[in-house]
Amino acid sequence: MTQSAAASSMTSFVSSRRRQLVVAVVVFALIALVPRLVSDVYLMNVLILTLLFAALSQSWNLLGGYCGQVSLGHALYFGIGAYATSLLYVKFGITPWGGLLAGGIIAAAIALALGYPSFRLKGHYFSIATIVIAEIGLLLFHNWDYAGAALGIQWPFTPDSWWTLQFARDKAPYFYFALGLFAVTWLVTFAIVESKWGYWWRAVKDNAEAAESLGVTIFHSKMAAAAISAFFTAVGGGFYAAFVSYIDPDSVMHFRFSLLMALPAVLGGVGSLWGPAIGALILIPLAELTRSYLGGAGSGLDLVIYGGLIMIVSLTRPEGILSIIKPPAASRGAAT
Amino acid sequence: MTTQAFLQVIASGLLMGLIYALIAVGLSLIFGLMDVVNFAHGEFLMLAMYATFGLVFMTALDPVVLAPLVVALMFVLGVAVYAGIIRYAMRAKANPGMVQIFATFGLALLIQGLAQYFFTPDYRNIANTWLGGRTLNLGGVFLPWPQIFGGAVSLAVFGGLFWLITRTDFGKALEATREDQGAVALVGIDRNRVFALGWGLGAALVGVAGAVLAIFYYIHPQVGGTFALIAYVTVALGGFGSIFGALVAGVIVGLVEALTTLILPASLKSVGVYSLYLLVLFVRPSGLFGRL
Repeated sequence: MTQSAAASSMTSFVSSRRRQLVVAVVVFALIALVPRLVSDVYLMNVLILTLLFAALSQSWNLLGGYCGQVSLGHALYFGIGAYATSLLYVKFGITPWGGLLAGGIIAAAIALALGYPSFRLKGHYFSIATIVIAEIGLLLFHNWDYAGAALGIQWPFTPDSWWTLQFARDKAPYFYFALGLFAVTWLVTFAIVESKWGYWWRAVKDNAEAAESLGVTIFHSKMAAAAISAFFTAVGGGFYAAFVSYIDPDSVMHFRFSLLMALPAVLGGVGSLWGPAIGALILIPLAELTRSYLGGAGSGLDLVIYGGLIMIVSLTRPEGILSIIKPPAASRGAAT
Repeated sequence: MTTQAFLQVIASGLLMGLIYALIAVGLSLIFGLMDVVNFAHGEFLMLAMYATFGLVFMTALDPVVLAPLVVALMFVLGVAVYAGIIRYAMRAKANPGMVQIFATFGLALLIQGLAQYFFTPDYRNIANTWLGGRTLNLGGVFLPWPQIFGGAVSLAVFGGLFWLITRTDFGKALEATREDQGAVALVGIDRNRVFALGWGLGAALVGVAGAVLAIFYYIHPQVGGTFALIAYVTVALGGFGSIFGALVAGVIVGLVEALTTLILPASLKSVGVYSLYLLVLFVRPSGLFGRL
């Protein structure tokens, strides 16, 4: 990849970047039209969740996809965002916007604190440590009386308002918020992947030993990836809390959220710009629809289809679904 | 607290720890052999528990008598999962680590869904067994016989496993394959066959654990998750691939969990284990007995 990028002239690099940006703006604009066409509340909910998880998976992708650090504990940051936003709003009346920012900063700080020891762990040791850390968080929130312990936190009913991020009658504002979050995470990814951080991250992923010889920058770049990734994951968690208006430990910090953040990227194509969105577009509606139509009374058929699909796609398309439409040679995700 | 009560906690923790070790060792074995983490390990355990339940229901025999049959069934399952899924997952050229994680995760969800569909989410248990409900009184320390049986089986299995690996041709092939996958082909060892047998053995081992656990634990489709994380922690604490590590770590996990309940509320009993695990890992990133 680097050879071909170096060989091609700077102007074509710039124009290809510009083209990617134009495509993205067109895609975002087209998505923005969707609420004008869809009025069904159920369908809107599915679409909002799809955009939210596209954004979350895009955030996960920064650390897991580009940097190759397979975190299976991002539910921790999601939950921290949800709890920070809910607690600040419900206990102190602070607007969720402040809560989103606070949650993001707290999560980024925690990611840095946890990253310091855990980035010494390699491969499966790292992944399992992230599961365990998130599980400790879940257990602590289960027992934290101030935050409602296992009962959780209910948001008060208020009139529709952007200030409180509460919209009971019309779901479109949630849709636009989720789209905005996805657009921001996409743009952050777009901006970073061709910066020096982006190159370092791929170097870490490709060959950590060789990258290590470059010294401390590798560790710092992992830390940066973790902090940015955690920040946006927490913002997504805060938004989710505002969207559902009720949270408890299992509904925001359960292990399944860690999976739901990693899976779209893996299915769509890790370490690619559109992989997480493609994955979310397939996975989230599928999960919601199978749960609604097949999951009645815990029949389990939804899990069978969901699990089967994950298995088949990961086995038959290890580079992700995106590799079907993109020849491997041109795909940055596959080349790195 | 009295000495007796303290001894009770230690003894219970020790017995549970031996069972944790038994649950974890199959996972560690497979990892040691081929660097693959089976994220459906908990679901294997759950299937073994249902198999025990089902066989007891059908034959009205005691679960202890039926255990070998359960173990044999699990061996077949392990070989089938290797041949049908893992073999293909290992061929992935892009993102091999993630493919393994998500292929086995997908399998875990699939098995869970099937269990919910066929067995319903109800909690079940095996009543009226030979060992069930009986306790041993050791000078005021009460130990339930199913757990004692489980601990004894665990020790026997570990003994057998050490013998298998150090004394048999299969064990030597296993060791050789984990040392150098390329070189074994040169001396005529079929790598695929060793891997398949390794998966069979790994599943059979968790099958033993499931058969033992089914005697005294509730059986439901999510039961795997309860034990899976403990199993991953045990394996990582002991060092991935280390059989001896799994035994030591299992006992440590059981003891720490039991001791944690003396200090923290029962709902936080795992926090002690998880914290210790993280502490050890941050000091020794490859676990207690892991090879780097």
